[in-house]
Amino acid sequence: MQAPSMVWTIYVAFGGAAIQALLPKRSNSTPALSRWLALLTALAALCIAAAGFFTHVGSGMDVLTDHAWIPTLGIHYLLVADGISRMLVLLTGLAAVAGILFSWTVTNRVNEFFAFYLALIGGVFGVFLSGDLFLLFVFYEIAIVPKYFLIAIWGSTRREYAAMKLALYSFVGSAMVLIGALAAYATSGSHTMSLTALAHSHLPIGFQMWAFPLVFIGFGILAGLWPFHTWAPTGHVAAPTAASMLLAGVVMKLGAYGCLRVAMGLFPHGMDPWGFAFLGLGSWRDVFALLAVIGIVYGALVALAQTDFKFVIGYSSVSHMGFVILGLMTLNTIGLTGAVLQMFSHGIIAGLLFAIVGRVVYERTHTRELDVLEGMHLAKKIPFAAWAFVIAGMASMGLPGFSGFVAEFQVIVGSWSFGPAWTILTGVGIVIGVAYTWRALQKAFFSDKPAHTAEIQGHFAPITWPEWAGVGMLLAVTVAVGLYPRLILDSIEPAVKALLAGGAQ
Amino acid sequence: MTGLLHLWLIPLLPFIGFVLNGLFGSRLPKWLVSTIALLLPLGSLLVVALNWVDFVSASVPETFIERCPVGWIHVANFNVGFDFAIDQLSLVMLLVVTGVGFLIHVYSVGYMGHEEGYWRFFSYLNLFLFFMTVLVLAENALLMFVGWEGVGLASYLLIGFYYKKDSAADAGKKAFIVNRIGDFGFLLGIFLLIGTFGTLSFSGISANLATHPALQGGVLTCIALCLVLGATGKSAQLPLYIWLPDAMEGPTPVSALIHAATMVTAGVYMIVRMHFLFDRSPLALAIVAILGAATAIFAATIALVQTDIKRVLAYSTVSQLGYMFLGAGVAAYSSAIFHLMTHAFFKALLFLAAGSVIHALNGEQDLRKMGGLRNQLPVTFWVTTIAVLAISGIPPFAGFFSKDEILFATFNHGMLGQALWFVGLVTALLTSFYMFRFWYLTFMGESRSHDAHPHESPWSMLGPLVVLAVLSTAGGFIKINGFLEPSVGMRAEVANHSLEWLMSGVAVAVALLGWFIAHSLYGKKSEAPKKLAASLPFAYQTLLNKYYVDEFYGAAIVKPLQLTSKYVFEWVVEKGILGGAVWLIAGVPQFLGALLQKWQSGNIRSYAAWVAAGAAALLLFLLLTTHQLPVWLGNFQINGMAH
Repeated sequence: MQAPSMVWTIYVAFGGAAIQALLPKRSNSTPALSRWLALLTALAALCIAAAGFFTHVGSGMDVLTDHAWIPTLGIHYLLVADGISRMLVLLTGLAAVAGILFSWTVTNRVNEFFAFYLALIGGVFGVFLSGDLFLLFVFYEIAIVPKYFLIAIWGSTRREYAAMKLALYSFVGSAMVLIGALAAYATSGSHTMSLTALAHSHLPIGFQMWAFPLVFIGFGILAGLWPFHTWAPTGHVAAPTAASMLLAGVVMKLGAYGCLRVAMGLFPHGMDPWGFAFLGLGSWRDVFALLAVIGIVYGALVALAQTDFKFVIGYSSVSHMGFVILGLMTLNTIGLTGAVLQMFSHGIIAGLLFAIVGRVVYERTHTRELDVLEGMHLAKKIPFAAWAFVIAGMASMGLPGFSGFVAEFQVIVGSWSFGPAWTILTGVGIVIGVAYTWRALQKAFFSDKPAHTAEIQGHFAPITWPEWAGVGMLLAVTVAVGLYPRLILDSIEPAVKALLAGGAQ
Repeated sequence: MTGLLHLWLIPLLPFIGFVLNGLFGSRLPKWLVSTIALLLPLGSLLVVALNWVDFVSASVPETFIERCPVGWIHVANFNVGFDFAIDQLSLVMLLVVTGVGFLIHVYSVGYMGHEEGYWRFFSYLNLFLFFMTVLVLAENALLMFVGWEGVGLASYLLIGFYYKKDSAADAGKKAFIVNRIGDFGFLLGIFLLIGTFGTLSFSGISANLATHPALQGGVLTCIALCLVLGATGKSAQLPLYIWLPDAMEGPTPVSALIHAATMVTAGVYMIVRMHFLFDRSPLALAIVAILGAATAIFAATIALVQTDIKRVLAYSTVSQLGYMFLGAGVAAYSSAIFHLMTHAFFKALLFLAAGSVIHALNGEQDLRKMGGLRNQLPVTFWVTTIAVLAISGIPPFAGFFSKDEILFATFNHGMLGQALWFVGLVTALLTSFYMFRFWYLTFMGESRSHDAHPHESPWSMLGPLVVLAVLSTAGGFIKINGFLEPSVGMRAEVANHSLEWLMSGVAVAVALLGWFIAHSLYGKKSEAPKKLAASLPFAYQTLLNKYYVDEFYGAAIVKPLQLTSKYVFEWVVEKGILGGAVWLIAGVPQFLGALLQKWQSGNIRSYAAWVAAGAAALLLFLLLTTHQLPVWLGNFQINGMAH
């Protein structure tokens, strides 16, 4: 029997969202139905994604669906998949399931929560599978809207502010993308929005030179590109756990994916040398690589200074996404493969960290202030959280045996062409990464400071099965990929090679 | 070489122990936990021993590589796998790791018997053995790095074993971060190796170098120095040694296994493993030698005045590791490994014996509160005596031979070598002094302890002590130089035997001198040490505070980093500049919006006023720009009618 096409991930997610939205309001009194429906929906999407991923290892770009949509403009409802998009769809499926497991305790407007949640997932699936620039843009916008509501309604710390900030940043980014996309459409004159066709339409180099940075920054904003990253930490912190997991896990990947597929895919000559050097930077490629390295070190340093546990993770995401951008800019197989693998790896690891901090710890302690947590002796009270965070922290700081190591290793090997100074700076970021992770770990879990107040001496609720399942699943994935990265590499390497051969060089 | 047993069994067995005890240990009875934790490392030891038999019996020993059928990282033309290799060098190292490791496991059964989390301790201990054997068996630099990081992790877990104590958790964190700085050097070296050779396989690099006999210095020096940075982290050399003394917060068997006998020697092993690279860079070798000698004497001076029994041993370890670096730095690789081996014996013995003392005194670690224990702890006393004689370099105990070899090789290494030899000799004097000081304070004189009834440890603890004592006595006669030759290359033989005897004589004399000084200061109850300290207050305080290096690092690196993160990055850049820019960008439309809002007042009269004002302004504008308003109006009418 043939596995259902990956396009069904989109329909399943949107269908699930619609059902959730249509559930009678009364179901709020029995949220279990909503939860289980959501979980089943996400599991179904994950199964489709996994089947699609594992049956197509190593194959090239497949057209999944192609219908004329707006014929007068040459716009098609075109869904395609190559190794990179299959991998990202799989990641989204994993993150979706994990996110629902960690939303088991949402009690406020449950069905609406899951409706927005699944709509977001559907949009993300759509972006990763779009073969038409216009369609990609539509899905991209679909994904932005539910994010706003998830944060503004179910969020915590300064949620309206964070939601608005996130939405504004996203829309500024998409405005830049839209300008670039329309300009590319007009300039190519080929009456098509198909990504492949546009990539082959030989856009003038002068045009690419300004369209590339425009679109790259437009998407880069969502990927946490320094200095446009400030939405990320505040957004991550304010969002409910599942939304933080999705934000860091897949939404930031939307940005990185756009950078790769659209900016680099359509405007590869935008990365050509300018012909002159300014402060040692001779091309947009150098500029973005520099921003990436700054992001890596800067994110780590700022994470070191945070007093809110979730902000530590939020800034660490900025740091880790710097590796993705840096890897993209290497323009060689090993670096680009590393960047794509890092998208996967960070998606899993960041999701895990946010889950532990936001769900396992925060919902029991009701504080994320490291100074307060210090007095709680959490390693003894919630040993599960402590050990899960130790392992997740090791994965995050790039210890061998976890997926992050392989990915960051490849990126650094690939980035060697920029010169040793870059590598050394990146390495400094890694060392600081160890420092902030252990700092947070020790303050939150392994401190023996006397308790500040009496009321936090009580017992915490025991660990529930969704927490076990979610943590176990994400840990298993990062270890599996760390020990046997070919699980992912075999899929993305041909796609990366095709991309490099198809222009991005 | 067909008789070789499967190498993968060596790391796998302890790993199974880790998994079993880690998952189910909390529910298993203690005896079963210990059985699992002991039997599996014993299995590893047996496999190693069988391999050793194969190597000794085979007529033409060579490197045996076992390739893992499943690759690891395989991108483009870059390929790294889980491949293991065994040769004489890794065999010696494996024997030390699994042999001493097993003895320490046995000891821990008695030592840790009363601790909660017994199973946790043993599962970490097995995890450590797993990573350490991976490190030793690795056939490529990246797999070695896996083991390298892994032992660091196990070390972190084991130091933090008493994580209820803040100092233990701090020490674990410090060890990890300082080691990461070194690891970064190792990683840089790996990147350079990839860039230069395109492979990380040791055999591949060595073969590549063999085809380019003229290649020397330059990038090879860069690679070697990066690797040395890694080695200084793991092997606690200047400038990254600071974590090791703090690591003594861990349980004593851990100090013996990880922070004396095995893990900390990984840096030395790594340099010797890649000796083919270091051979091509005299500069890097000289730096290794200088670092080693400097660390040796530096740590030895600190050890002179420490009062914590384990800290004395910790600084002594740092100092002895300096000797090994010195040996490797003068290209006497087999001597460095020889000293590594004998040191593993006597230093593990010293730590375990110290553990026995601490155990007997219910956790007391202060030398000033010990004394007179020779009668209460006779076995511990005698084995410690052997270890002290061995580390002080008094023949015929093990340390004499290995230290002597290193010093002799150093002396024959030109001008620099002779200078370093002198440093090494002074260090030998200091070593002998502080070790006998330790011996007198612990066992001689009268008891200064409040606990009147110290008891000798159980035989599960004493057994390993006795075995190690035998090894510390006889270990010097195991001549591994010839055995190691195929792995680490031949050493230039210096035929001057009379010089060698003279050197040995000097070394022994110096060791005896150290003993004599210790005896006169601590041999009987006297105020001499206090007077000496009082007469040199500055020197004494400097040593007692370990040259204030921790304080210096704190003030020069840690504090500035924290302050920069907090004030420069978070406040100025993140909130000030970036936040301010966004605020400005958001503020401009807001301001314009507020202005435009004035037009939308909803007040008819104000709209009328605006319309009138607008019309007037338009008229005025046209008037001023054209001076022909009536004409223009007339044209407009004509055009209008024409339509």
